[in-house]
Amino acid sequence: MLTDLSPSDNHLRATGLACRRGERRLFKGVAFDAPAGTLVRVTGRNGSGKTSLLRILVGLSTPDAGAVFWQGRPVLADRLAWSSQVLYLGHASALKDDLDAAENLEFACRLAAEPIRAEALALALARLGVAHRAGVPARFLSQGQRRRVALARLALTSRPVWVLDEPVVGLDMAAMAEVEQIIGAHLAHGGIVVLTTHQALDVAAPRPMVVDLDAVSLEAVA
Amino acid sequence: MATSTAARSMLFRYASPATFYPLAGRLWPWFAAAAVVLALAGLAIGLLVAPTDATQGDAYRIIFIHVPAAWMSMFIYLVMAFYAVLTLGFNTRLSAMMMRSLAPTGAMFTFVALWTGALWGKPTWGTWWVWDARLTSELILFFLYLGFIALQSAIDDTRRADRAGALVALVGAVNVPIIYFSVKWWNTLHQGASVSLTRAPSMARDMLLGMLLMAIACWMYSIAVALVRVRALIVERERDAAWLREAGAAD
Amino acid sequence: MSTLAAILRFELLLAWRRRSALATTLGFFVIVASLFPLALGADPKLLRLIGAGVVWVAALLATLLGLARLFAADHEDGTLEQLRLAPLPLPLAVMAKLAAHWLLTAVPLCLAAPILGLQYGLSQGAIGVLVAGLLLGTPVLCLVGAVGAALTLGLRASGVLVPVIVLPLEVPVLIMGAGAVEAQASGLGAGPWLSLLAALFIVFLVAAPSVIAFALRISSE
Repeated sequence: MLTDLSPSDNHLRATGLACRRGERRLFKGVAFDAPAGTLVRVTGRNGSGKTSLLRILVGLSTPDAGAVFWQGRPVLADRLAWSSQVLYLGHASALKDDLDAAENLEFACRLAAEPIRAEALALALARLGVAHRAGVPARFLSQGQRRRVALARLALTSRPVWVLDEPVVGLDMAAMAEVEQIIGAHLAHGGIVVLTTHQALDVAAPRPMVVDLDAVSLEAVA
Repeated sequence: MATSTAARSMLFRYASPATFYPLAGRLWPWFAAAAVVLALAGLAIGLLVAPTDATQGDAYRIIFIHVPAAWMSMFIYLVMAFYAVLTLGFNTRLSAMMMRSLAPTGAMFTFVALWTGALWGKPTWGTWWVWDARLTSELILFFLYLGFIALQSAIDDTRRADRAGALVALVGAVNVPIIYFSVKWWNTLHQGASVSLTRAPSMARDMLLGMLLMAIACWMYSIAVALVRVRALIVERERDAAWLREAGAAD
Repeated sequence: MSTLAAILRFELLLAWRRRSALATTLGFFVIVASLFPLALGADPKLLRLIGAGVVWVAALLATLLGLARLFAADHEDGTLEQLRLAPLPLPLAVMAKLAAHWLLTAVPLCLAAPILGLQYGLSQGAIGVLVAGLLLGTPVLCLVGAVGAALTLGLRASGVLVPVIVLPLEVPVLIMGAGAVEAQASGLGAGPWLSLLAALFIVFLVAAPSVIAFALRISSE
């Protein structure tokens, strides 16, 4: 899967991003330059706009100023093309209570138009330690298990850019180690990961980078 | 080309709340004064000068309020749709505020048109309400205004409220002709109401003059009220802006 | 294309897992339509006169019932974000969702309508026109309703707001649908009304999905 990447071209860049929520300005002048293999950690206190920044990066929100570039081209110029390059896992795990774990994972992959095979699917669930719950409707899964099912997509995808909002919230040590490993492998293959987390995440990243929103937050300046 | 660019930059200059706020502050008293003067003149002509109608007696005099109100109710919705296009197309904040400022006035005129229509109907046809095509369309227009206001006031985030309101105003405006014609055809299918508001008696010159004055007075009133409201909205939304604090200090 | 098929398939699967909700919509439709004779009396002549209108009003209200929640669940559980990020145009995804919704909620209404028609003593011809009108009109109701559902996404008052926004816009459908049956009953022929309804259907089918997608973007930015 990961060999499909042409890693040298991978390049995510953001310039002068600004965002306001309602009357409140969250941040402005957020910029970073992430070549292949970069792990971008977005930090900041609660309400500093971490999720808003991630949503702008993937194209769910439009920034008030600035732009995001993928391989030198603005991502908003061709939303559909960008959609097939980026994988986003939001706060909510996007699981349907009435579908079981395997069905949820299959739907997520099909919606993203990613090729799937039944064995790969089972393998991905096994890797995240939820293979034994594959046939259980999501409503009966614990929060940690739901997160694991959502994260199983990471083991299946061939997309170069991952944008993850608090990916390891509610996970136990074993699952966290697995996620760290998956992310590390992705970076080693030239992928790019942007994430927020309050936990200490131990990932072997060729190019670690931190974007601190507290430093660019307007309230902090004032 | 040069003129269109100039016009464009001019438009955007006045589309900035910082420029528009003091301008609106200077203009609205004039519009308000014009509204009062014209309304007094219109009512004087309508109630005192215009002759009594041969068939309807003095009851017809309600048209000096009813007809201008009905005109305004439709026209304001069109203006709102125009601002909705600006809001969605150019992302101008002021147009969204104008749209929001006009809606209550539009709803008020729609209500007045319905109310005076009922008052007119009672002595003329002996019933408060007929399901006449125009009255029915007016009623649905009232519902459209209500929907717009309800949606805008239910959304806390101003950007979303502006854009959602603009979309619903546009969808409504596109549907107004469909609604009007379907109600008209419905009316011809159900031959219930034999009286029609459209059968206007040949109008005396004084009647026309009175109605025209009243219509212009309603315009002036709408503009004045919209300007006052838009100023309040600007204050509410730009309370953190430096220019507003300066303007406040200057006042 | 396969993404579209996947959305349709999973929507149908999900609806099937929650099939009791579908039965509730149908039950609501039948109950509302059955209340009118109880309120107005069982005079056959009166019932024949109001039958089509009653069925149409009941259909209008019943389609609203499920629509308010159409995008709400997706919005809450994060699926809407994934839908917006899927590599296919959002209007198409919306269309797939609505197609599934229409198949599962509106088609049963159309199938139940003849029974209600019989209760109201409508003639066979009138019942045929009623069903044809419903088949053409209910997609429009779904499309218009979806605009309201998308605009009110995540709002506390969305349950009340959707009807207030949507019902005035649905008036033409009601007029044309009920008008067709009445024209048929009075011997004028339902053709023109059904053609109008078909025209409305085509216009909304073309225009509404983009409007709905736009509204979804506004509401979930």
